[in-house]
Amino acid sequence: MSQTVADPAGAPVSLEQRFQDWIDAERKIEPRDWMPDAYRRTLIRQISQHAHSEIIGMQPEGNWITRAPSLRRKVALIAKVQDEAGHGLYLYSAAETLGASRDDMVADLLTGKAKYSSIFNYATPTWADIGAIGWLVDGAAICNQVPLCRTSYGPYARAMVRVCKEESFHQRQGYEIMMVLAQGTPEQKQMAQDALNRWWFPSLLMFGPPDDQSPNSAQSMKWKIKRHSNDELRQRFVDMTVPQAEFLGLTIPDPDLKWNDERGHYDFGDLPWEEFYAVLKGHGPCNRQRMAFRNKTFSDGAWVREAAAAYAGKQKARQAAAVQAA
Amino acid sequence: MSKVNWPLWEVFVRGKAGLSHKHVGSVHAADAEMAIANARDLYTRRSEGVSLWVVPASAIVASDPADKDSLFEPADDKVYRHPTFYDIPDEVGHM
Repeated sequence: MSQTVADPAGAPVSLEQRFQDWIDAERKIEPRDWMPDAYRRTLIRQISQHAHSEIIGMQPEGNWITRAPSLRRKVALIAKVQDEAGHGLYLYSAAETLGASRDDMVADLLTGKAKYSSIFNYATPTWADIGAIGWLVDGAAICNQVPLCRTSYGPYARAMVRVCKEESFHQRQGYEIMMVLAQGTPEQKQMAQDALNRWWFPSLLMFGPPDDQSPNSAQSMKWKIKRHSNDELRQRFVDMTVPQAEFLGLTIPDPDLKWNDERGHYDFGDLPWEEFYAVLKGHGPCNRQRMAFRNKTFSDGAWVREAAAAYAGKQKARQAAAVQAA
Repeated sequence: MSKVNWPLWEVFVRGKAGLSHKHVGSVHAADAEMAIANARDLYTRRSEGVSLWVVPASAIVASDPADKDSLFEPADDKVYRHPTFYDIPDEVGHM
């Protein structure tokens, strides 16, 4: 493992050291550059999990497409769910530049070997949940994803630039839904409050375990895959979201939430970490439903994939025959 | 579980007339026609382009990153290839 190359002055330097120096100088890594195996593995795991999250993330919202309250809401929701599929595909495409196979990644999702974000294991029983997801879940995703636009791996960073541009529409359409409900009848406002009550803590859990319990974070920060710690991003999200809730006239369901003048940030109460680990282990409200639906969709589409492959094969054979005949 | 194994296609988009096609990512598709359809759905949902190229990823020949220095470093010390290398008095005006 101690392969060396010469530095500009002719002194031997390990490939790892040269890689780290390159990253420390804020330069990007591209697919065919030398990289440590662990860097490659970390990225494949992170990018494919991110892709799986986008794919599974279509389900909670897809649930409301047929029942959206107006045509305006319906076209927006269809476009948003289509974007989530698109984000998944940008990300699979980025992971493939590292040598991961698309078929393997899809198989890992379907068999449950791979993880996806736990937030998508929560149910969407009311229309206000669609507002809350756009506002809070996409808001949290934006906090996580904006720094990833500067991540050290070029294809991942470029995919994230596209994703972030589109997420902005997602968050605004969600907030608009919340706004209309919050300014509506008392029942509508209550529906919005109820959705906020259910989505607030799960959204904060999206940032992952506290820094002192996040074993891989330090290495990811050193490689500049991650740019900010989980707790830092979580705080940023809280600071950004509290005034937005105030504007809506809704109450964040945390009695310990209060502005801390000294820190210049909002303090907030303990997070339900037992819930986080339970959902991660498969015991969330919808884990089994999400996986069953994904597997059913994949099986239901098998005949389409087979027909397309047969058609492509036939066309190719015809072209080859025509070339021979000419 | 059945494998799909569709080939990978690299996608290039022309943003508007007057610009060259630029690499944006890749798609899987059974054939070229489907690759165009998939690239259209994936990479041009918001008026990002007016023209698409799809190229089988296997058809792309790339330089080896290990050759980066020998291929591209020789250009670094040829400052005389750049206009700022030449001293032209200010009185001459813009040149």
